[in-house]
Formats: sequence, C-alpha cells, structure tokens
Amino acid sequence: MARVVLSGDLGRRFAGGEVEIRVSGSNVLRLIKALEERYPGIADVLESDAMAVAIDGIVYQDAMLEDVGEESEVYFLPAIRGGR
Amino acid sequence: MAKSHVSTTVNGDPVEFLCDAPETMLDVLRNTLGLTGTKEGCGTGDCGACSIIVDGRVVCGCLMLAVEATGKQVTTIEGIGAPDRLHPVQQAFLEDAALQCGFCTPGFIVAAKALLDRNPDPSETEIRYWLAGNLCRCTGYDKIVRAVQHAAAEMKGQPA
Amino acid sequence: MTYEPKNLRVVGTRPIRHDGADKVTGRANYASDFTLPGMLWGRVLRSPHAHTRVISINTDKARALPGVKAVITGADLTLPPPGITQAGESAINTQHLAKNLLARDKVFYDGHPVAAVAAISEAIAQQALGLIEVVYEVLPHVIDVDEAMRDDAPLLHDDLFTEGVEPKPEKPSNIAKRIFVGKGDIAKGFAEADIVIERSFTTKAVHQGYIEPQGVVANYAEDGQAMVWCSSQGQFLIRDLCITMLGMEASSLKVIPAEIGGGFGGKTTVYLEPLALMLSKAAGRPVKLTMTRGEVLRATGPHSGSSMTAKIGAMKDGTITTAEVVIKFQAGAFPGSPVGAAVMFCSAPYDIPNLSITGYDVVVNIPKIHAYRAPGAPNGAFAFETVLDELARELKMDPIDFRAKNSAVEGSKSPYGPTHGPIGGIECLSSAKNHPHYKANLGPNQGRGVASGFWINIGGQSAATVVVNRDGTISLVEGCPDIGGTRASLAMMCAEVLGIVAEKVRPSIVDTTAIAFNDVTGGSRVTFATGIAVVQATEDAVRQMRERAAKMWDIEVDQVGWRDGAAQELNGNRSLTISQIAQKAAKTGGQIMGHASINAHGAGPSLTTHLCDVEVDRETGKITILRYTTFQDAGKAVHPSYVEGQMQGGAAQGIGWALNEEYIHDAQGRLENAGFLDYRMPVASDLPMIDAVIIEVPNPNHPFGVRGVGEAPIVPPLAAIANAIYDATGVRMRDLPFSPPKVLAALEAAGKAKANG
Ligand code: FES
Ligand code: FES
Repeated sequence: MARVVLSGDLGRRFAGGEVEIRVSGSNVLRLIKALEERYPGIADVLESDAMAVAIDGIVYQDAMLEDVGEESEVYFLPAIRGGR
Repeated sequence: MAKSHVSTTVNGDPVEFLCDAPETMLDVLRNTLGLTGTKEGCGTGDCGACSIIVDGRVVCGCLMLAVEATGKQVTTIEGIGAPDRLHPVQQAFLEDAALQCGFCTPGFIVAAKALLDRNPDPSETEIRYWLAGNLCRCTGYDKIVRAVQHAAAEMKGQPA
Repeated sequence: MTYEPKNLRVVGTRPIRHDGADKVTGRANYASDFTLPGMLWGRVLRSPHAHTRVISINTDKARALPGVKAVITGADLTLPPPGITQAGESAINTQHLAKNLLARDKVFYDGHPVAAVAAISEAIAQQALGLIEVVYEVLPHVIDVDEAMRDDAPLLHDDLFTEGVEPKPEKPSNIAKRIFVGKGDIAKGFAEADIVIERSFTTKAVHQGYIEPQGVVANYAEDGQAMVWCSSQGQFLIRDLCITMLGMEASSLKVIPAEIGGGFGGKTTVYLEPLALMLSKAAGRPVKLTMTRGEVLRATGPHSGSSMTAKIGAMKDGTITTAEVVIKFQAGAFPGSPVGAAVMFCSAPYDIPNLSITGYDVVVNIPKIHAYRAPGAPNGAFAFETVLDELARELKMDPIDFRAKNSAVEGSKSPYGPTHGPIGGIECLSSAKNHPHYKANLGPNQGRGVASGFWINIGGQSAATVVVNRDGTISLVEGCPDIGGTRASLAMMCAEVLGIVAEKVRPSIVDTTAIAFNDVTGGSRVTFATGIAVVQATEDAVRQMRERAAKMWDIEVDQVGWRDGAAQELNGNRSLTISQIAQKAAKTGGQIMGHASINAHGAGPSLTTHLCDVEVDRETGKITILRYTTFQDAGKAVHPSYVEGQMQGGAAQGIGWALNEEYIHDAQGRLENAGFLDYRMPVASDLPMIDAVIIEVPNPNHPFGVRGVGEAPIVPPLAAIANAIYDATGVRMRDLPFSPPKVLAALEAAGKAKANG
C-alpha cells in the first residue's frame, strides 16, 4: 500500500489538514479511484489538468498509468504549468 | 502624395526605389528591397536591431528617412562577409556562441564591424560603450563582448 | 530513461550551432520577415483607457475607406466554450483569452484591443483605425495589488469569487484565488527560534523584453484550410489556441514556426494570430500583423508586480526552524498569475521543518500577466533571500555557511511535498565559497551579496524523427522552436548515440503537420524532454540499422552491436557504417527512420547561487555592478557555451529587474513608459562580464543527466543585489527597482535616522 500525502490546500479541503494515508492501487488511476472512495469529490480535483503527481520524488504532469509501488511515497501538487 | 525617387548604393550595388516621404530606410530595406536581415525591434532608435552603415557611420535604419539615402553608400548585414568567407566578426560570433535567439545579431555585427573598422584595438570598455545602443535580451553581452575582442585579435593577425 | 555514466565524445563539447550561419548573415527568417503575394497589412485599435465599458463601436467609416478590406471587432469573435489549454508554464482559460484578444463589453487595460483592420497598405490600415468610433464609459481602475485587494477597490469582474477559501465568499472581489503550501507547525517553529525577522517587500510589473515584437502572417482559404507563419515558443500551442478561438479543426490549420527573436515565456500565448486569421478569412487574402514596441509593452503579458511579507525564525546555531510567507501577485486583467510557483519555490533551496506560505492571485487593470522565465520564483526569492541575509548577519554567520547549513539535499522533503532526488544546492554554495570572487577585496562604498534560487523544471510532450540519409548524414526532425541553441544540443545528443560528429546531423524544426505534438519551448524543458525523445528516436534508428546489418550479413540481430557510427559484428570483425547500411536500405526494407513521441517525466530541479559585487554612488544613487558570478547545477551541460549563455542572460535580466525595470502608470492607468527609452533594460555598458560556473550533479532521469538550465538564473539576482547594496551602505532596499532616485532617498533617510539617533 502506497503512502499518499494530502498536504496544503488539498489536505485542508478533504481531510481538515495534512494527512498521510495508506492507499492500495498499483497505478495512479487505481490510486485515485481508491482515494475517491474515501474522500468523495477528490477524483475530480486530482484528475484535473491543474494537478500533478509526484511518485517517489519524480513529478509527473499527466500521470495516469504510471506504476505506484507498495512502498511508494505519493504527493499530489499543483501542476507548475497549471498554475493557471 | 507623390512618391520620391531615390538613387543610392546598397551593399555596393546601385539601387533605385520610390518611397513616400515619411518612409524610413528600415521600411524600404525590409519591405521594398527585400533585405530583411536588418531587424525592427522598436522603431524609435532605442534597440539597434536596425543598425546599418551609411557612409562609414552606424545609424539606426528606423530613424533615417529613406530619401536621405540619396547618393549615399549603405551597408546592411547582407553586405558583410563574402559568400566563401564570413567576416571575422561573424565567425567570432559563431565560435564564441555570442547569439542565442539571433534577433539582435545582425545589428550587433554591423555595429561591431564599424567599430573595428575605425578602432582595430578597442578596450572592453570601448566595446561596451560602442555597443550600448544595441539591446540584447538573451546573452547578458558577455559572449558578445568576447566575440568582438576575438574578432579584433583575428583581424590584427591578418593582413587587411 | 535513466542516467548512466559513460564516456562522451560529443555531449559536453562546443560545436558551432547548426543555424549559426543563417543568423549571423541576416538570412534567418523571423516572423515579420515573411511576405506573401497579395498580402494585406493589418493594424489593431487599442483602448486608450485602463478600465471602461464599451458602449458602442461604429466601423462604417473605416470600412468605407478605399483600400480597407476587412474590419473586425469583439462581436465577430464567438465566445468559445469554457476550457483550459495547457501552455508550458501556464494554462490558458479559453474564454478569458477570447476576451483578451478583442474586448467585448469591457476593456480591462490600456492597450486592450477593441478592433482590427486589414488594408492594402500599413498606412491605410493605420488611417482606418482613426475612423473607428468607439464610445467608452470610463470606470475607476486599480493597478496596485494591495489596493486591488481592498473591499472598496474598483471591481474588474463581477462574477469573480475567490477560489480556495472556506466558506466560499458571497461577494465578488479582485482576489481570484488563494493558495497555500505548508507543513509542520509554525507556532512551534517560532517558539523554538532564537531570532525572528519579519519584513515586507514590493516589486513592480516587469516585461520579458524580447527584442522581436510579435508578428504573424496568416492565410485563410475559402475551403477552410489555413496557414499561419509566426514566431512563438510553440507552433502546436499556437495551433491549439487558434482552432479553439475560431472553432476550426486541428487538421485545417498549419502553423509554420518562424525563427523566434526571444520569448522568455512571453510567447506562449496568442495575441495576433487569431485576429490575422479572422481578417484573412474576411478579406480572402493573406494578412500580416505586427506589433510595435509600444504595443508589445502595453498589451502583451508582463510579469506580476507583487507585495510580500516574509517572517523567518532561526536558532542561534543557524538552524532555520520556520518560515511564514504571504505573497500577493498581480494577475493582470484576468486570473492566473504565477503566484503558485512563488509559493512553492521561495523556500525550496532549504529544508525547513515548519512552513506556512500563502499566495493570492489578484486581478488588476494591466494586461493579463504571462510567464516570464522561472515565472514567479524571482519575486519570492527576493523576499526570502533578503530576510535570510538579515538573519545571517544577526547570527554573525557567513551567508553561504548559513545557507549551506539549511540546504535541501537528496532525501529532504521539498516545501511542495515530494522528496528531493539528487540536487546540487550544496555543491553550488561550496563552489561559490571557494571561488576567488568570494575572497576578493572590496573598496569603499562597495559591497557583496549572495543569494540562491530554485526552479523545478518541467518535462512534457516531445517528438523527434531521425531520418538516415543515403550518404550517412542524419536529418533530425523536431518541433520545438530554438531560442537559445537547442538545435545544437539536440543534434549533439543524436550524434552521441550514433557515434558520429554533430555536424553530420542536421536538425530542422518543422510545422504542425510534419511531426507529432510538442509542448512549448519553455520551462527549461527542450534539452531535457525533447532530448529524451531524440535519444529514443536515435536508438530506434540504431536498432533498425543493426537489424539491417544482420540481414546483410545473414546473421541474428543479437550478433550485431553498435559502435562509432557503425554496426559491428560481435563475433567477428565485420562492420558496416551508417552510409553503407543506408545505401542498401532500399533493398533491405526502405529508408531507415527512427521515431519517438513521448511525455517526459523526472526533470530535475536546478539550483543556483549568485555572487554580486556592487558599488553605490552616494551622490547620485547609481548602483554599478562590479563583478557577477553565477554557479548553477546543469546536471550535464550538453553544449557548455549555451548553458553559460543561459546563466549569463538570466542573470542580466535579473539585474535589469533589480536596477531599473518597472511598469510606470499615470493617474489614468495608462502605461507611461511604453518604449525601450523609458523601460530601461540593461545595455552592454551597464554590465561587467558575468562568470558562469557550471556544476554537474547528474539528473537520474535523463540518459546524459541533463537538467533544465534556462529559468533558474533569473531567480537570485534581485536579492543578491539588495544584499550587496546593504553590504556596501548598511541600507536595506525592499522595494524594487533600485533606481537611482530610490537609492538616493534611502541613503538620505538612513543618514537622517543616524544623525537623529
Ligand atoms: S528598430 Fe531601430 S533602433 Fe530599434
Ligand atoms: S540573442 Fe536574442 S536578443 Fe540578442
């Protein structure tokens, strides 16, 4: 199960503050699906072009099929090209 | 409004053209004569992208009226260097990576050539002040100044 | 692709760039160098007011002028469906873009287009503009970001409600968005600190200042097929924005990239292209539209002015415990400033356990802000790095040692979340500390400043095709406009993989119909991301050449290796060069072509430290830059000259921003300095040589270890110069720019305070 951190605005909005949770999902698509079950509405935010995802420190601007390892650290952050 | 008839010399060739009174030499070079190597960055004499040599002096093509070219010798970037050999300033710009986007480059090369024609051994300060009318936003001027120094050394090394 | 150390023969050398001869002879064609038979000239009518309602526009007299072939206004541009188009470092809201291209019911800034004309000559087009009758109702305007945030500020958009605050606001305001990045507990952090320093800073809007004004030639045919020649940072972006604006199909518009005379982020959107297409469609003839310098400054996206407060706490031993930063950015006429980058990156060179960084995106009556080199980061670094300098002095620590003690390293958590891979922050600092510049003596009224900077860099979509010609030369086809030597760096990587010299590879940058999609040249991505595409396409070609050689030798392909530009028989001594394989290609399966179309990930952040020596003239307030040295982690410098060029050019832009550049408006909100005479960018005599020290900490996610280098160098200069001025005079400058009158006033105020104290 990957470690997913919801920080900054995302944590505030969906978890009332920064949280680190264990989520299962072997790629980004499946991970977001699992997160949506826990935090309804979060998938729309995470899948929007304004968000990027960092898996083990590597930032992906358009991740969907990227692998997520059992021990991976996953952050969702504002896409820098999508600062709007 | 009747057009004026102008006879002049551009890059060694006799040239005649018709122009309106307010037309600049830059407009005529670019739009009438098809010499688009001379660039327009501002149209107000502040960037030097339009630098040309008129009777041995560097002028801003955008500040010179086309009718003023009558009887003058005009040199543009297209008139610098030969088909089989770049001018030492051009060669130095290439070797020293003195250009990035290259838009300011024709103006700098024209101005630098005019400098070296009159002062074959300029100091760094002289180069910087001579080129102070030419804006480059890409390079920070370091490599441009070095290229001019390099070209000066090359030119001194060669019999003119 | 991952980094592997290897012996390199081409990467790291300094060949002459492939487009060099064209650019030193005036042959290279930039946007406005194109003409087409039958071409018309266009001009744009712009609002002279900063904020108005448009009551009516009457174009009858203009249309009646002989020689006028088309006139368009906002009414001719159907508002596209809402949506976002990605544009490198920014994302473009399609409806805002449409309203920016041609004002509809409202004008939001001095210079906002209200109509455009095409005529048989520029003079007639200009004359026609004067015949267009616009009735305006002038509204109060607001430009300063702090003023725009006040409750009683003139409201730009009555449907704008602040995003990112709970509960959702009931009243519209100019604050488009609030964003937040944080971690830990700042109250605890401040409690642990022995010293806390809090300071406020302001910066003015500045312009990218590319020397080539925007220009375009468009041709729209009766069957709906169209072509655009323009200079931009990405032909695919221009295509996508134009088709969105005009409701066209992607295959109907071919965008042909001209050479680009500088962009720095400013040419990652459209201003003229859709108008030129509309005019061409209406007139049935090609149309050329170019901007004057005044139009460029008045109506293309400058970079945000800002207002910031930074409060940082540190312990006696120099450990930074916490930082609380508030950053407000001008967004211009529509939401979307780069404040997010300022928030995420202002503290990013450091590993700080407790952080609270808040940003505000605020609409004001200046053109829609657009990206400018490391967009947002220089503002944030100005505030952060200046307060760090004050802390170091209070702590009596060397400013480099203080930074190094708190430096982010591999494994530390970035402020925006993810854990850093290998990064070169410490390496830059120690290289600076050991450089002769840091030890050189200073005279009276001279001072030295240090500052660091961070830029994340981006990857993105890139494609490349490697065509193997009969004679063994290579045509490298790519789709990213070359602004600073990327043709050379891409060709060099191709040559390296093939084992040939860079001169045998000819790169060309092609139009939108000739290669797969490429993101813009921006975000320092081309040498990284397109570099990976080129390496993959080249490896694809090598694989095919090995297969062909195997067929020619009638052996298995796994018996064939590749070295020095030739297929090598592994268990024998036969070899076949590229041209030997290519000459037989017709018989072995047709011409060989490698291809790659990718979305690159894992761009490594670039860290940088700058050293700056200044001399302050106490009579005039003039700041002279005496010496300047930049240290930057490039991962791997493919063509070191052009990496140095990026470092030097970025530093020079930062120096201009620090010393002179600013948007100045009159009481009516009109731009007062819309020309290079008054918008004062550095000239050669303003600057010393700028030493560039390249540091190479390989990026693990690129085959040669490349990181982007273009952005980071503009980040530190603002603070480096402010810190140097303090070192020279004991006076802190916190409001940009440090123009002579301001410096003089600050010196006098400090002198008075001293006398009274
Ligand atoms: S175009 Fe003539 S000086 Fe700028
Ligand atoms: S090289 Fe781009 S302006 Fe000089």
